[in-house]
Amino acid sequence: MNAANDRLPRLLALVPYLLNRPDIDVAEAAADFGITPKQLRKDLELLWMCGLPGYGPGDLIDITFEGDRITVSFDAGLERPLRLTAAEAASLLVALRALAETPGVVDTDAVQRALAKIEKAVGDAQPAGLAVGLGLRERAETTQIRDTVSHAVKHERALRIRYYSQAHDQISDRVVDPMRLLLVEGRGYLEAWCRSALGVRLFRVDRIDEVTELDEPSAPPPHAEPTDTSEGLFQPEDGQRLAILTLEPDAHWVAEYYPVDLVTELGDGRTRVLMRYADTSWMVRLLLGLGGEVHVEQPEELAAQVRSRAEEALRRADHLLST
Amino acid sequence: MAIARAERLVNLVLCLLSTRQFLTAERIRAIVPGYADAPTDEAFFRMFERDKSELRDLGVPLETGKGVDGTFSDGYRIARRDYELGDIDLEPDEAAAVALAARLWDSPQLTGAVHGALIKLRAAGVDVDDAAPAVVEPKVRTSEPAFPPLLAAVQKAQAVRFDYRPPPPAQPKTRTVEPWGVVAWRGRWYLVGHDRDRDAPRCFRLSRVAGAVQTVGKAGEVQVPEGLDLLSFVARTEVAPTPSAPAKLWVAKDRAHGLRRHATIVDRRDDGDVIELDLKFPDSAAKWIAGFGPDVVVLEPELLAKSVRERLLGVLESERR
Repeated sequence: MNAANDRLPRLLALVPYLLNRPDIDVAEAAADFGITPKQLRKDLELLWMCGLPGYGPGDLIDITFEGDRITVSFDAGLERPLRLTAAEAASLLVALRALAETPGVVDTDAVQRALAKIEKAVGDAQPAGLAVGLGLRERAETTQIRDTVSHAVKHERALRIRYYSQAHDQISDRVVDPMRLLLVEGRGYLEAWCRSALGVRLFRVDRIDEVTELDEPSAPPPHAEPTDTSEGLFQPEDGQRLAILTLEPDAHWVAEYYPVDLVTELGDGRTRVLMRYADTSWMVRLLLGLGGEVHVEQPEELAAQVRSRAEEALRRADHLLST
Repeated sequence: MAIARAERLVNLVLCLLSTRQFLTAERIRAIVPGYADAPTDEAFFRMFERDKSELRDLGVPLETGKGVDGTFSDGYRIARRDYELGDIDLEPDEAAAVALAARLWDSPQLTGAVHGALIKLRAAGVDVDDAAPAVVEPKVRTSEPAFPPLLAAVQKAQAVRFDYRPPPPAQPKTRTVEPWGVVAWRGRWYLVGHDRDRDAPRCFRLSRVAGAVQTVGKAGEVQVPEGLDLLSFVARTEVAPTPSAPAKLWVAKDRAHGLRRHATIVDRRDDGDVIELDLKFPDSAAKWIAGFGPDVVVLEPELLAKSVRERLLGVLESERR
C-alpha cells in the first residue's frame, strides 16, 4: 500500500470520527488512527481545503481548533464512514466467529451480540473463503489444568506449578505471577513472571503437570513486558547455536515444525536446512529420534555427540536385554 | 504529489456523494479542483481512470449511468446508501470482544484489514480500545508463504497450481485446485477445494505446499458449492487417533523426565527404574524414546524395542556417510 492509499480511507473516516467526538484531544484522536499528532494536523489541514462544489467558505469542511481540542462544525456530507470492504469485514467477522465457536475462551455471549451487530452493519460484505477454528490439540488432563490457569489469570492470583521443561528434560516446581493465557497454533501458553528465573516466561500448558492457585495476588514487577508475538512465539535469541542438517523426505516435517532458515532443495525430496537451537541436549534428543532421516553436516561436535549417544544406547540395550 | 492527489480524491468523493445526477468526466474535470492541472485531455483521462480505480479498490461504490450533459457519455455518482456504513452501537463488553477479535491476527494481510475495519467502526462512533489487556489471547498466525497467494485466489475465485509434498511414502506432485477456502484448524492452515487431477474435493496442508503458487485460468471461474462449511470439511478430513498401547521401559535414575511424567514406576532397581506407560501415538513413540538414547531401554513390546533399535542404527548409518 502506498501512502495515498493508506491516507484516503483515513481522511474519509476522520470527519465522521470527529463529528462523533466533539472537542476531542489531538493526541487521543491520533492514537485511535495509529498516527502521530503531527500527521493528524496535516490531515486536518488537507481536509480544510476540501468541500462541496462551489468551494466557497460555506462549502468547505470546517474544523475548529481550541488549543489541542478539535471540533468539526461542517462535514460537507461526510457524516458516516465508508462501509467495510470485503477484506475488512472478513478479517473482523472471521475472528469474531472463531472466538464465538470456542467455548471457555472468552465471554461468548458478548461475542455473539457483537457479531450480530457487525454483520448487520456491514451488509453484503460477508466474508467467504476464510475460516478459523481455535480448537486446541490437548488431552483432557490439560484442559483441567488450563481451566485452573485461566481462573488464576482472570482473578490475578499467583500459581505454584510443576513444570516439565522439554529443553532440559527436567521437572521443577516454581511460583509464577500469571500475566495472560495465550492460545497460539492449537496450544495454550501461560505467560507469567517466573519468580525462580526472574523473567517473563511462556509455559506450555500441556507441560504443566500440577497447578495450585496460591492465596496471594499475581504481582509481576512493573518492568515485566508481555511477549511480542507478531513474529511468532519464539524469536532467535543471542547465544543460540546453528546446525546445518540434511533432511531425508521422511524428516521434512522438521522444517515445518521448527524454526529453520535457508531451506535448500537437494532433489529426490531431500532438503538442507539451517536450524537454530538453544540447548544441545535437546537437539541431540531430536536428532537421535530422527535416526537415519537426518544427517548433521555441521557442527562436527554435535554429530559426534549424537553418534556416541547412539552407540552407548545400543550397548546398554544389548546389555540389559541379555541379562 | 501524494498530498494533492489525496485532496483531489476527497473532493471527488464529496462531489459524487452530493450529486443525484450522473456527472460526466468532462463535468467532473470542470468542477473538482486538481483536474484542471492536467495539461492535455489524455493526461486528464489517465488521471481520472487511476482515481476511479483507486476509489473502487477502497470499496467506494461508484455508480455509472448516462450523463446529463447531452453528449451521451458515461456519468458517475456515489449513492449515499451504498457508501455509508450502517448504524452500529456496541455495549462495552461487545466492544471488548471486537478488540480481542481484532488482536487475533498475527498476519500482515489480516492485521492491515482489521485495522481498517476498526478505524471505520471508530468513525461510526464506537469506542474500541484494542490495547486493553485480556485474560485469554488467542492468536492466529499466517506465516505460511502460500497463505497470501491462496487467500487471494480464493477471493478472486481463480484456480491455482502448486507443488504439494504429502507425508511419505506418497511422492510430491503438482496439483491443480479450484480453491474454495483457506481454513485454520487446530493451529494449522489448510486449503479446501476441488482437486482437478483427482476430480474430487480435497484438503491440503499449507505447510506442505512447496515453492510458488501459480494462478490458472480466469478469475471468477471457481464455483464454491452451496452451503459449504469449511471448518467441518477440514475437521472431517482429520485422521482419527490410533488407539494407545502399553509399554514397559527401563529408565536411568533421575533421567528421561519427559517419559517419567506420563508413567508409573513398577520396579525400582539399583541401576534405574522400570516404568509402565500408555503410548498414545505408537507410531511416533519410537522417535520420542530413541531421543533419550542410553537413558531408556524398551523392555516391552518387542516391536517397539526393535523400531527404537532401528532408529539408533540409522543414526550411526547416516552419520558415517
